[in-house]
Amino acid sequence: MSAVIQPNTAPEKKEYWRWAENTWVDETKDWRAAKILTCGIDVGSVSSQAVLVCDGELYGFNNMRTGNNSPDSANNALKGVMDKCGMSLDNIHFVVGTGYGRVNVPFAHKAITEIACHARGANYMGGRGIRTILDMGGQDCKAIHCDEKGKVTNFLMNDKCAAGTGRGMEVIADLLQIPISELGPRSFDVDVEPAAVSSVCVVFAKSEALGLLKSGWTKNKVVAAYCQAMAERVVSLLERIGVEKEFFITGGIGKNAGVVKRIERILKIETAQTKYDSQIAGALGAALFANTLVTKQGASAPIKAAA
Amino acid sequence: MITAGIDMGSRSIKIVLLEDIQVEGAPQIKYDMKKPYLMMPGDLDLDQAAEIAFDNACKEAGVSRERVNKVVSTGAGRRQVGFAADSVTEMTAGAKGAVYVFPNAKTVVDVGAEEGRGIKADASGKATDFAGNEKCAAGAGSFAEAMSRALQLTLKEFGEASLRSDKTIPMNAQCTVFAESEVVSLIHANTPKEDIAKAVLDAVASRVCAMVRRVGIERDVVLIGGMVHSVGFVSSLKQAMDVEELLLPEYPEYVAALGCALLAAETH
Repeated sequence: MSAVIQPNTAPEKKEYWRWAENTWVDETKDWRAAKILTCGIDVGSVSSQAVLVCDGELYGFNNMRTGNNSPDSANNALKGVMDKCGMSLDNIHFVVGTGYGRVNVPFAHKAITEIACHARGANYMGGRGIRTILDMGGQDCKAIHCDEKGKVTNFLMNDKCAAGTGRGMEVIADLLQIPISELGPRSFDVDVEPAAVSSVCVVFAKSEALGLLKSGWTKNKVVAAYCQAMAERVVSLLERIGVEKEFFITGGIGKNAGVVKRIERILKIETAQTKYDSQIAGALGAALFANTLVTKQGASAPIKAAA
Repeated sequence: MITAGIDMGSRSIKIVLLEDIQVEGAPQIKYDMKKPYLMMPGDLDLDQAAEIAFDNACKEAGVSRERVNKVVSTGAGRRQVGFAADSVTEMTAGAKGAVYVFPNAKTVVDVGAEEGRGIKADASGKATDFAGNEKCAAGAGSFAEAMSRALQLTLKEFGEASLRSDKTIPMNAQCTVFAESEVVSLIHANTPKEDIAKAVLDAVASRVCAMVRRVGIERDVVLIGGMVHSVGFVSSLKQAMDVEELLLPEYPEYVAALGCALLAAETH
């Protein structure tokens, strides 16, 4: 019994890192009228998404936190969006899995790497002109270069270090006790833009942030310094593969203006905008790949319920 | 003559006071190490903390501040010590102190709170080469500390627990932040604490070992820094470096401060 550790159940502790999960369905369309219905599932290290595509057009998505096992996360993500539009797995022609847990999506017909999927999804969300993509995920960060079809021509990634990833941002949100969605706006609420936090490592940046607070910095100023550090770090990754003007950011940090605007400031370019959740790019790409596969092979019979 | 070495570490301040003892006919000067003094900096400024620590160290050793002839500082905050005549790098100080304690030392491994490094030393205690990593918490004491906290053990208990395990669980994550989630999944998978502790200490040891390999592992090997207090880490490091013996000083965290005090005495 001694080996079993009870999780800390302090009820008062607020989870500042917790970002909003969301589900969206295009109410103007009817999936029942679609000839080809495909689905992409992106089981990431932190978040999981399911995206539905009708005849090559985005129809709906669900974005939620990854649970403690990949198959359940995939099921829950898909169930969230299917429940919203009354669909069942039997209606879907083809499912492509992507992300860290892509081989553990029980009902997927095929697995494709998240790099290929993000490029394809960004090509749809940001427009055909997109050549450079920065995917800032929960536990890694990728700089991707692609052609006009959304095909990957080069990429670089950091998956060894939490600096420059969503997880690093969550740590700072918890430390400063600021809800993660407010970090971006608050980072601009400073009199003078501070220099970036000098530590690379998130563990050291934490101590540095505490030191700055002690020396009288406001929380907002610390957030600004941290956002700047993150921007500088990912820009060095981007510069190694070369940045072209048509630029798009996918992943959770794409929603953090504090980092996005600072990346734009350093690179002196603007990022393409999207009305959808930037976290769905991978799953969207997967669903688009599924659509292409079905179109090429001819619509196979709708799949049976998950084994 | 009395000299002092002050090591302004990232987590704590260490002070050593030395008095030379003249022994008739002895080839080398002997030193008497006064009671070493340790202080954790809290809300203080570094220069203010150094002042207070030095005052207290003198008081405990029964020496008035005026009698201290020369002070040399080292560590991350070494330039913040107003009363120090000189400052040297952690490598210089660590090699000097380690070779004084173990005259046959060739390789000095220093694992502190936020940095781990390997130092090559010559017979006079001069650092001739070093490799370290100051940008990343993996491979340093704070990594082990964060993980022991996740297991609700003290760092000492954490080290002892790891000795009771004979399993080798590889840690995939390089980063301390990611490793924390990995440890949490191990906890939820009901992995015994002992096995988790060993997995973590093995991971730190393998990272430290990779740095030491860059300067070369030559006997005798000395381990200094606060991580000496973790018996599990010492055992994991021995295994990773493939050495039978790892020399451990009596006051591992004071070795760099001792090196400073020795350098102060030699240059005064």
